[in-house]
Amino acid sequence: MKNNSKPVTGYPSSKGEETMERGETVITVRNLVKKFGSFVANDNLTFEVYRGEIFGFLGANGAGKTTAIRILSGLLQPTSGEVRVAGFDAWKESEMIKKHIGYMCQKFSLYEDLTVKENIQLYGGIYGMSDELIKERTEALLEKLRFTEYKDRLISGLPLGFRQKLAFAVAVLHQPEIVFLDEPTGGVDPITRRQFWEMIYETADSGITVFVTTHYMDEAEYCDRVSIMSEGRIVALDTPENLKKQFNTESIEEVFISIARPGKSSINLLNINQ
Amino acid sequence: MRTILFLIRKEFLQIFRNRFIGRAIFAIPLIQMLILVPAVTFEIKYVNLCIIDNDRSVESRELIGKLEGSPFFRVKYYTWSEEKANELIYNNKCSAIINIPSGFGKELGAGRPVKILARIDAINAMKGQLTWAYLSGVISSYNENIIAESLPVVQATMVPRISVTGRYWYNEMLNYKYYMLPGILVILVTAIGFMLAGLNLVREKEIGTIEQINVTPVKKSEFIISKMVPFFIIGLADLGFGLILGKIFFNIPFEGSLLLMFLGSAIFLVAVLGLGLFISTFSSTQQQFMFVAFFFIIVFVLMSGIFTPFESMPMWAQKFDLINPVAHLIRFNRMVMLKGSGIADVARELLLLCGIAVIFTTFAVRRYRKTA
Repeated sequence: MKNNSKPVTGYPSSKGEETMERGETVITVRNLVKKFGSFVANDNLTFEVYRGEIFGFLGANGAGKTTAIRILSGLLQPTSGEVRVAGFDAWKESEMIKKHIGYMCQKFSLYEDLTVKENIQLYGGIYGMSDELIKERTEALLEKLRFTEYKDRLISGLPLGFRQKLAFAVAVLHQPEIVFLDEPTGGVDPITRRQFWEMIYETADSGITVFVTTHYMDEAEYCDRVSIMSEGRIVALDTPENLKKQFNTESIEEVFISIARPGKSSINLLNINQ
Repeated sequence: MRTILFLIRKEFLQIFRNRFIGRAIFAIPLIQMLILVPAVTFEIKYVNLCIIDNDRSVESRELIGKLEGSPFFRVKYYTWSEEKANELIYNNKCSAIINIPSGFGKELGAGRPVKILARIDAINAMKGQLTWAYLSGVISSYNENIIAESLPVVQATMVPRISVTGRYWYNEMLNYKYYMLPGILVILVTAIGFMLAGLNLVREKEIGTIEQINVTPVKKSEFIISKMVPFFIIGLADLGFGLILGKIFFNIPFEGSLLLMFLGSAIFLVAVLGLGLFISTFSSTQQQFMFVAFFFIIVFVLMSGIFTPFESMPMWAQKFDLINPVAHLIRFNRMVMLKGSGIADVARELLLLCGIAVIFTTFAVRRYRKTA
């Protein structure tokens, strides 16, 4: 349903067209359960993600978003259920999955004691890109992000917004099929957030499926489809337009509040985001 | 393969960008060689004596003169008071009290046997025994003098006796530094190999950068090898540095093959790097890693034979030392450096080190988890 003719320079807005031509399925999740001891972080999740779409994963802190994204990225073994990502089984082929995905951690995890350029080169090398390709993409990336003058600066001296954009760029450097973004805009200023979403749109336009978690409800409006998680379960999944219609509200925020009302979630909500 | 090169480059950039580690790598060999080698010694150079001479005869003076003449004894205190003497030994002012009874000279003159009393501080058993042995030596030579004097000349020379002429091999001057230095070189390489690589990996866990690595298709072996190689190179460089310092400052003899020496340390480094990384795979904090690693280092070093003769350890301890890489390399270094042993002579040590290296490294690779 992604409209490829949409100019990427404009401020992103929801495109709630009902007429959607679905791409092939790139993520299949059936009855996924993840338990930490007796705590159920993911309770029977079932959903599909299609090629080229921006799939939003919404939920309060501790709703189980990070657990799910880590399972999809092959960082965590599920307790039970079927998970296929980019055509590979998360149980048996997690290393194959890793070849075909990009991942941006909730916590900034590039090397702060390396420079911008060194980080890009390192991950280019790890994903098996040739020297010329690394050089070419590094330059293009630095230029696009207007980072060229900072290329030899250590990450430790760069502001958060800057780092987040770089982390995203590095996550898609090897042009994966799917990129997972775990709360990429947490703590980032509004201008950078806007730039960040422009990057997400560009990425989706280039054919990369974007799987993004957030707890900013306005960002949900920019997604093609949104799933809302609460206490480890998916409680709603549709396009932003349909969700608003279904819940008869003006915004996703209202949808969210009507689903995950305060007091509904248990007090002993463990923060299992780490 | 290419991935490993990128990862190794990254490690080197980080190591030398860290100002503390970058400097410590060069400071550690300097400090260890210049301080530990001359300072750590079991050599007992002399013992302070306190003498209670209740006799004050010519004979007792002569005996004291003999003790004073020995380079091992320093007659530091004379007293008539038992209490005073006890106080001196209690306060570590002297290590032995020699009590010469009154009538000592008279009895000797009359040709009757006499007894003197020696009380020796034996907190350090080795020192106590050594003091006893030297004391016996001085007294028995004094005895012989008395015998010789009391017998007619012809008879005295006819007493049959065995005398020993000997040479000290491999360390002719009994230079303790020659004994310690090959061992200190092992401690040096251990500090680099065991601690730094493991700490480095745990640090990545703490900061969270390992998460970004774990989500890439990097192979477990590639990641572990990339953690080993930089410290492997630094460890060997430090060994070279330590050897040069040893040559310059202590003129340490080097009888064997330099290449063989490096080969031994290279295999040893793989072993301790493997063990360090293995420990780091189940440590989630640097504190936890340090605690476990420190335990291993203490056990390995104290049981290595660096200070104590390996053969004196109980049998079970010698058996345990089969898996102690420090013990093998210390023995190996001493043999190669001081005896000039060739590869055939040290084959056992090399093979054991190889075995330990393979085991620990395999453990590290297998235990490292990319998926929780």
